[in-house]
Amino acid sequence: MDFSVLRNLISRYCVGEENWLDSRTVYIGQKEPPPGAAAYIPQRYPDNRIVSSKYTFWNFIPKNLFEQFRRIANFYFLVIFLVQLIIDTPTSPVTSGLPLFFVITVTAIKQGYEDWLRHKADCSINECPVDVVQQGKAARTQSHKLRVGDVVVVKEDETFPCDLVLLSSSREDGTCYVTTASLDGESSHKTYYAVPDTKAFRTDREVESLHATIECEQPQPDLYKFVGRINVYKDTEEPVARPLGSENLLLRGATLKNTHHIYAVAIYTGMETKMALNYQSKSQKRSAVEKSMNAFLIVYLCILISKAVINTVLKYAWQWSPDRDEPWYNHRTENERQRPVVIRAFTDFLAFMVLFNYIIPVSMYVTVEMQKFLGSYFITWDEEMFDEELGEGAQVNTSDLNEELGQVEYVFTDKTGTLTENNMEFIECCVDGNVYVPHAICNGQILSAASSIDMIDSSPGGYRREHEDLFFRALCLCHTVQVKEEETVDGIKRGFHQGRPTSFYISSSPDEVALVEGMKRLGYTYLRLKDNYMEILNKDDEIERFELLHVLNFDSVRRRMSVIVKSSSGEYLLFCKGADSSIFPRVVSGKVEQVKARVEQNAVEGLRTLCVAFRRLSPDDYQEACLLLTQAKLALQDREQRLAQAYDAIERDFVLLGATAVEDRLQEKAADTIESLHKAGMKVWVLTGDKMETAAATCYASKLFRRSTQILELTKKRTEEQSLHDVMFELSRTVLRQRSMSGLSVDCLDYGLIIDGATLTAVLKSGPEGNYREVFLEVSRNCSAVLCCRMAPLQKAQIVKLIKASKEHPITLAIGDGANDVSMILEAHVGI
Amino acid sequence: MGKEAAKTGPLAHRPDNSAFMQQRLPAWSPMLTTSTVLPFMYCMAVLCLVVGVSLLITVQGTQEMKLDYTEAGTCNNCFQSLKNVSNAGKSCSCRVVFTLEHEFKGDVFFYYGLQNFHQNLRKYMDSRDDAQMVGRKQNLKNPSSYCEPYIRDEKDVPIAPCGAVANSMFNDSFALQYQGQPGDPINTVPLYRKGIAWYTDENVKFRNPHKNKSQTLAQVFEGTTSPPYWQKPVYLLDPLDATNNGFINEDLIVWMREAAFPNFKKLYGVLVRTQEPFTNGLPAGNYSIDIVYNFPVQYFKGRKQVVLSTVTWFGGQNRFLPIAYLVTSGLVFIIAIFLTVIWWKFGKDAKNMNE
Repeated sequence: MDFSVLRNLISRYCVGEENWLDSRTVYIGQKEPPPGAAAYIPQRYPDNRIVSSKYTFWNFIPKNLFEQFRRIANFYFLVIFLVQLIIDTPTSPVTSGLPLFFVITVTAIKQGYEDWLRHKADCSINECPVDVVQQGKAARTQSHKLRVGDVVVVKEDETFPCDLVLLSSSREDGTCYVTTASLDGESSHKTYYAVPDTKAFRTDREVESLHATIECEQPQPDLYKFVGRINVYKDTEEPVARPLGSENLLLRGATLKNTHHIYAVAIYTGMETKMALNYQSKSQKRSAVEKSMNAFLIVYLCILISKAVINTVLKYAWQWSPDRDEPWYNHRTENERQRPVVIRAFTDFLAFMVLFNYIIPVSMYVTVEMQKFLGSYFITWDEEMFDEELGEGAQVNTSDLNEELGQVEYVFTDKTGTLTENNMEFIECCVDGNVYVPHAICNGQILSAASSIDMIDSSPGGYRREHEDLFFRALCLCHTVQVKEEETVDGIKRGFHQGRPTSFYISSSPDEVALVEGMKRLGYTYLRLKDNYMEILNKDDEIERFELLHVLNFDSVRRRMSVIVKSSSGEYLLFCKGADSSIFPRVVSGKVEQVKARVEQNAVEGLRTLCVAFRRLSPDDYQEACLLLTQAKLALQDREQRLAQAYDAIERDFVLLGATAVEDRLQEKAADTIESLHKAGMKVWVLTGDKMETAAATCYASKLFRRSTQILELTKKRTEEQSLHDVMFELSRTVLRQRSMSGLSVDCLDYGLIIDGATLTAVLKSGPEGNYREVFLEVSRNCSAVLCCRMAPLQKAQIVKLIKASKEHPITLAIGDGANDVSMILEAHVGI
Repeated sequence: MGKEAAKTGPLAHRPDNSAFMQQRLPAWSPMLTTSTVLPFMYCMAVLCLVVGVSLLITVQGTQEMKLDYTEAGTCNNCFQSLKNVSNAGKSCSCRVVFTLEHEFKGDVFFYYGLQNFHQNLRKYMDSRDDAQMVGRKQNLKNPSSYCEPYIRDEKDVPIAPCGAVANSMFNDSFALQYQGQPGDPINTVPLYRKGIAWYTDENVKFRNPHKNKSQTLAQVFEGTTSPPYWQKPVYLLDPLDATNNGFINEDLIVWMREAAFPNFKKLYGVLVRTQEPFTNGLPAGNYSIDIVYNFPVQYFKGRKQVVLSTVTWFGGQNRFLPIAYLVTSGLVFIIAIFLTVIWWKFGKDAKNMNE
C-alpha cells in the first residue's frame, strides 16, 4: 500500500519533470480524455491569480528592510549606526540613527503604500467576473478561479483574463480582432483565427460537446511565439491534429474588438501567462547617474577608510611621547588601561570612521530621489509638452531616468512611423515599365482624373494585358488586410466606394492598406475574405473569387510575403510581394531592367517601393508546397526555422510583374526637431530597413542631411569596387583631416555617413587585417548624422551597443514604434 | 477655483500656466565676461586691503604683555620642588617682577595662560557632568558616568564637581603690585575677580544646588567630596566672597569653558579703575606678582604665563584676521593681474566665445 503510493509519487514526480521540459497537454472543458488517447498525465497548473505585489502583510517588515539595506548607502549607514552603538563614540548614535530611521521609514511607507495599491489592483483583477462554460451553459465566476482547460466566453471590449486559444467566434469565418495596445503598444487591430475544426462550435452547448486536447509548449515570455497542436476527437474517428500558432493565441491583457463574443480555452493561467512572464523578467533600467553614484560611493568609502587609518596611525605617533600619552589631567579609566593596544587601536579606528562618516551624506539618496520626483512633476506640468488634440500633457512613467534625458548624445531613430507618419499613400505603380498613377492628391497637386487610370503607354497587347491583370490581382490578393463594414473602428484608414456602405480596411501594416486602397482607385476592389475565398470586384464590376490556400506571412528577415491562391479557373497561383532586394534575386523572367529603373527612381524620391512577382504552380508543385508548409506548421520544435526553410523553397522562380510606390509622409515638425537636436549637439542616427535611396531622400527632407553636408558612403556598392580596408581608411583620413582643419576654419563642414547592413556586418566582423570597429567608430563619431539602411532588427541593437561601448560611454536614446525596434530600444539607455 | 472646475473638454488637463509650474521663476545666472569679472576682482582686492589694513591698525592699538613665569624669578624653586610628586599638595609662593615700558590705557585684562595643555582632548572634554553643575540634587550625589574616572573617590563618596575638567582646575593665584619707581610706595593693583565669566554660563549653566535659608553651602555639599587634586572644597573656593563659591565660582566657570587649542589664556581678573593711579589704566613702571604656585606643568612640558592686555572693539591682540584679509587681497590682486594679462594677450581672438 505504502509502496504503491510512494511509487506513484515518484513516477508522477519524474513524469512531471519530463513534462516540464517538454510540453503540456490541456483537456478542453476539463474533460477526461476520450478513450484511446494518450495516457492521462496529470499536471499541476497554477490558478489564474495574478500577484504583482511584492509583500504580504507578514513579510513586509523583514523583506522591505532587507530590500532597503541591500542598497550600499543604507547598509553603510546601518553599519555606522551599529558601530556607534557598540564603541565609545565621539558622536552620539542618535545623530546617524535618526536620519537613517527617517529615510528607512519614509521609503518603507512609500513602498508599502505602492504595494497596497498593487494589492488592491490585483484583487480587483483577480475578482473580475469571467464567463466559463460549464455543463453546457455559461457560468459567471471570478477570474482567479479560472483553471487551465476551462472554456471561456469573452465579449466585445473585454480583456482576456488569461492566455487563451481561440476556439470559435461570433463571426462566421472564425476570426476575431484584438488590440494588444497594453502589451506591446501597437494600437492596430490584429486578427486571430480559430482552427477550422472548432469554429463551428458556436453556442455554449455546442462548445460543451467539443472533445479536444491541446498540446503546447510550456510557458515562455516571447509574446510572438507559440507552438501547439490541437487534437479534435470526433465520434469514433481518429483525432484530427491541427497546428496552433501565435495567430490562435489570445494573450492576457489584450482586448477583444469588433467581435461580439468568442469561445476560447485557457492555456496559460496566472503567473504563467505571457504578460506575467514578461512582467517578471523586465529588468529595471538603472540610470547612469545612479551607477556612477554607486561608484563614487565606493571611492568615498575607500577615502574614508584610508583617512581613518591615517588618523589612527597619527594618533599613536603623537601619543608616543609619555607626556602626551596620559597627562595627569586626563587619566585613563581602569577599563581602558586593561584593554590591549590592538583593540584600543581598532576602536580608535572605528571612532575615526564614525567621526568622518559624513563624507558620505545620509541625505544623498533622499535628495536625489526628491529631485527626480519633483523633476518628473515639472515634466508633467510643462505647458509646451501639452498636446492640444489629446488634451494631455506629458506623462511620466518612471522618475528613474529623468536625468538621462538631458545627457543624451546619440539619438537612434527608426524611420518609418517615427520620422514619418506611417500614414501611407499609394502614389503609383509600374507594370513592366508602364506607370499607373491613380487620381489622388499627389505632392499637393490634384491630378486631372478623367479616367480612373492614367496610362502613360496605353497599348494593351495580349501579353501586357495579362500581366497587368495579374499585377492588380496580385496586389488585391497578396495581403492580410481585413475589411470592416462597421463604423465604430478607430485608428483605421477609411475606404469609400460608391453605392456601398462605408467600409474600412484594417491591417497591421499601413503599407498594405495603402496598396489595397490604391488598387481600389485603379478599379480593382478587394471585397472580403469569405470562407477562404477572396472576392475581388474587378474593373468591369464583376466579382472574381479566388480560393485562399496559404498565406506565407511577412517577416522582417525575408522581407516579403506570399499567398497561394486557386483561381476560379482552377489555376494555382503564387503571388509574392516584397522588398526589391528580396524579390529580384528570385526572379527568372519579366522586365527586370525597366522595373528596376523605376524602383530606383521612386526610391530617390523618397517613396517606399515594393515589388510584385508571381509564379504559376502546377498541381504537383502545389502539393509539394502544401506538404512542406503543413509539416513545418505542425512541428512543435524549431517551427520558425522549418517554416523559413519551407518558405525559401516555395518562393522561387518568380515572374516579375511590377513595382509599387507608396509615400510615407514626414511627421509634422520632424525637420524642426532634428534641426534643434543638431543644434543641441546631439548626433542623430537613423536606422532603417528601407532602401538607401529612400532613406537618404527622407533624411534630406527631414534636414538630417543639409545641402552643405558632405556625404560619406560606406555601402556595398563602394566596397565592391575597393576593398573594405581602403574605404575605411580613406574615410577616416577625410574625417580626421577635416577635424584638424576645423580648428581654424569658422564654418566647419559637417559630415553625414551612410552605411548599409551588409557593410556593417563586414565592419563589425573584425577581420584579420585589422579592427575596423575602431575605425568605424572614429569615423562615425565625427559625423553629425549617420544613416544606416537595410538594417535587420538585431543589427540595430548591435549599433546601439557599439556606440554605448565606445570610449566616452555616451548616453543613448532610441526611438521606435515597431516590433523590429524592440531590441534596439532595450539596448539603449533611454527607450521611447 | 470654480473657474478651473468649469473647464471641461480636452483642455481640462492643461497644466497651470504659473511661473513655478513652468519653471519661469526669476533667476539670475550671471554671464561671466571680462568686463564684469576683471573690475570685480580689482574691487575685491582693494576692499580686502582696506579691511585688512584698518583691522591691523586697530589690533596694533592694543597693548599686550606676556610673562612666562614657569621658571622665572623665585618661581624656579617652586618649579623644581613640584618635580617631586610628593610635594604636589604643598603650597609654594614665589614672586616675579616686570616693568611696563608704556602705560596701558583703558581697561586692562589680566589673564593666565597655559601652553601645551590639551583641554581639547575628547575624553577630557566629555569628562564633566553639566547636570550636576546646573545644581540638580540628584546628580550631585550621583554624577553621570561621563565623569569617568572621577565619579567617586576610593571611599565611594561622590565627587562634586565631578570629572577630569574640574579636577584639573587651574589653581595658581596672583596678586599684582605696582611700584612706579624704586622707592615709591607699593600699591596693590585691585582686580575685579567677578564678572569675568560669560553671562549665560554664570546665570544659566552653573547653579548651586538649592539650599534652604538655614543651610550653609557646606551643608548642601555634604556627602560629596572635592576632586582629588583640589586643595580646597568647592564651597570654599573664594575665601573673600561668600557668594562666589560652589559651582558658581567664576574661576571654576572660566576653567570649565574648555579651550579649543593647547595654547590658551583665560581671564583671571579685570583692573579696577576707581582709584589712583589706575584710573587711566596701568601706568608705566615696575610691577611684581606674588604667585601661589600650585599648578604642575612640567609633566606635560607645559608653560605658564601671565598676560596683561588692553582690548578694543575688535577684542584682544589677535592678528590672524587682518593678516588673512591682507593675504586674500594679495591673492585676488595677483589673479586679477593674471587674468588681465590673458585678456590683453588673447582677449581679442576669443571673441567667438561669445557666440
